[in-house]
Amino acid sequence: MTLLDKLSQFFFSGLTTGSIYAIIAIGFGVVHNASGIMNLLQCEFVTLGGMITVTLYSFVGIPLPVSIPLSIITVTLIGALFERSAIRTARSQQIIVLIFITIGASIFVRGLALTVWGSDPFVLPPFSGNRPIHILNATIVPQNLWVLSVTILVVVTLYFFFKKSLTGKAMRAASCNRQAAALSGISVNRMVLLSFAMSGGLGAVAGIIIAPITTTSYDVGFMLGLKGFSAAVLGGYGSMPGAVLGGLLLGVTESLATGIVSSAYKNAVAFIILLLVLFIRPSGLLGEPVAERV
Amino acid sequence: MGLKGFRKNRNALHLFMLIAVLTVLPCVVKSGYHLLVLNLIGLNTMIVVGLNLLIGYAGQISMGHAVFFGLGAYISAIVTTNVTGAAWLPVWFPQWVVPWVVTFAAMVCTGAVAYLTGIPTLKLKGNYLVMATLGLNIIFEIVLVEWDTMTGGANGMTGIPHLSVGRFAFNSDLRFYCLVWGATVLTLIVSLSLVSSRVGRALKAIHGGETAASTLGIDTQAYKVKVFVLSAMYASLAGSLYAHYLTVITPKSCDILYSIQMVIMVIVGGLGGVWGSLFGAALLTLLSEFLHIVEKFNVVALGLILMLVMIFFPEGLLPGIRRLIGKTREPTLALGPFMDSDPLR
Repeated sequence: MTLLDKLSQFFFSGLTTGSIYAIIAIGFGVVHNASGIMNLLQCEFVTLGGMITVTLYSFVGIPLPVSIPLSIITVTLIGALFERSAIRTARSQQIIVLIFITIGASIFVRGLALTVWGSDPFVLPPFSGNRPIHILNATIVPQNLWVLSVTILVVVTLYFFFKKSLTGKAMRAASCNRQAAALSGISVNRMVLLSFAMSGGLGAVAGIIIAPITTTSYDVGFMLGLKGFSAAVLGGYGSMPGAVLGGLLLGVTESLATGIVSSAYKNAVAFIILLLVLFIRPSGLLGEPVAERV
Repeated sequence: MGLKGFRKNRNALHLFMLIAVLTVLPCVVKSGYHLLVLNLIGLNTMIVVGLNLLIGYAGQISMGHAVFFGLGAYISAIVTTNVTGAAWLPVWFPQWVVPWVVTFAAMVCTGAVAYLTGIPTLKLKGNYLVMATLGLNIIFEIVLVEWDTMTGGANGMTGIPHLSVGRFAFNSDLRFYCLVWGATVLTLIVSLSLVSSRVGRALKAIHGGETAASTLGIDTQAYKVKVFVLSAMYASLAGSLYAHYLTVITPKSCDILYSIQMVIMVIVGGLGGVWGSLFGAALLTLLSEFLHIVEKFNVVALGLILMLVMIFFPEGLLPGIRRLIGKTREPTLALGPFMDSDPLR
């Protein structure tokens, strides 16, 4: 393989993982915009998406086209349930208390997942065969194309949802100014509930489409989720174009750094980028500069 | 003077009671395992007291304190295993001095690292501070595993010498018990006097509101970094002692779960109380030893505790229970005004 071949190979695999980061980053951003919370349970949504699909498909025997939507719906409901039970009933609505609740929930679900599924990784079959395709000097499997197209579909759908639908507009209004939104008859609480449900669904989608490539296990969402958060910060926390840009950029950077420099520190790349962004420009690439640093 | 004097006396009384209990305990507890658990409680208390100064008093969250514990442990382990018995050491030089010197050097190094990372990190708030410290911990873990020529990789390091004075080695559970609890009582005394000093009041003011504190002429950033460094040095000391006690150290002993566990200890004990930290550390150490047989249940329990305590007792478990019984005499510090409250939520 020539250097160019390698680069193009790394680029495509980076684009694939980057898409996953992008979807997760959007999930983080949706909840942040609605409530100001960093929802660390997002990591477990990713895990649950993949694991529930595997369980339904391999152990119950439901075909993929049915088990995938079932899994997404389940995790969406879990997201909504979490908001309704743990977040809304919390005695203090301080942001930091709520973040701790999401951290606790995240550890709790990870422990449960370990108890239920054990620590072995599970395999989900690719959605449409495994025959390699050659594009621009790179060899990719059809699942990479699935990941990319699902990501595009998700982004386009969300774009129209937020721009055109009444609920989407209400969510944007609530994230702009809660008081004003509440005064004009928008139920802010319902918007927060919706945002948690959406982040559940988005996390599940990310966990499912990546599962055939990387396998899935009880803690797969931990790294993916935290890297998704890094992507969100890189692009500008809470901004949707920022989440997509940050995700893709992080995925490609990570892939190139791993391929060209060393694979030992693969997982550290995302967090070094996270720290650099936080120290130098906390508002990210596309975010509006806010007074987070005093 | 009245209230302050009373509180000072009460702290002195508590301290006296603690020392009395600590003296009696080894006469009752004979089994090595129980002493081991007591020693772990001592080590955890040391870290949690420092972390509580940071979280409870200064209002800054660190989700990466295992890094400083790990730094202390690994610096001690790496230097002592390479230096003791080395040929270049002069014959007249007492070997037993080395681990002690390294323990203090590790504290200074860890303090320096905390200072350098604290300056940019502690400018961040809320979400970002949590993630930055979490990110630091992840990077630290990866370095420990990957830099295996130095750190022994995922298997960690073994054969770390015990601490000793002359020929007297702290090599049994009982001997180490005296050492670790001596050190813990010392950190308690330092923290108690810090809290009731000008510094402690400045930290409380920062917790109450940074802007307000800085208008009163408090250099908030400097205080935050200082207390961060102090708490990191406590953790480093605990790490060094841990390494010399168990003679083994692995990356798993300083992973994110440990950081989170320490934050849970702070939260269970209540924010902004030195004595609550002792309670939180004791309760959670006992719990995790109790659930040690099945590690996954430990994780489930930790998550559940953090979630439930934060939902129902945002000021911490111990102060929350005191509030329920109606015994609270003074307003407790809630995990509160870190960020502006939102009336709509």
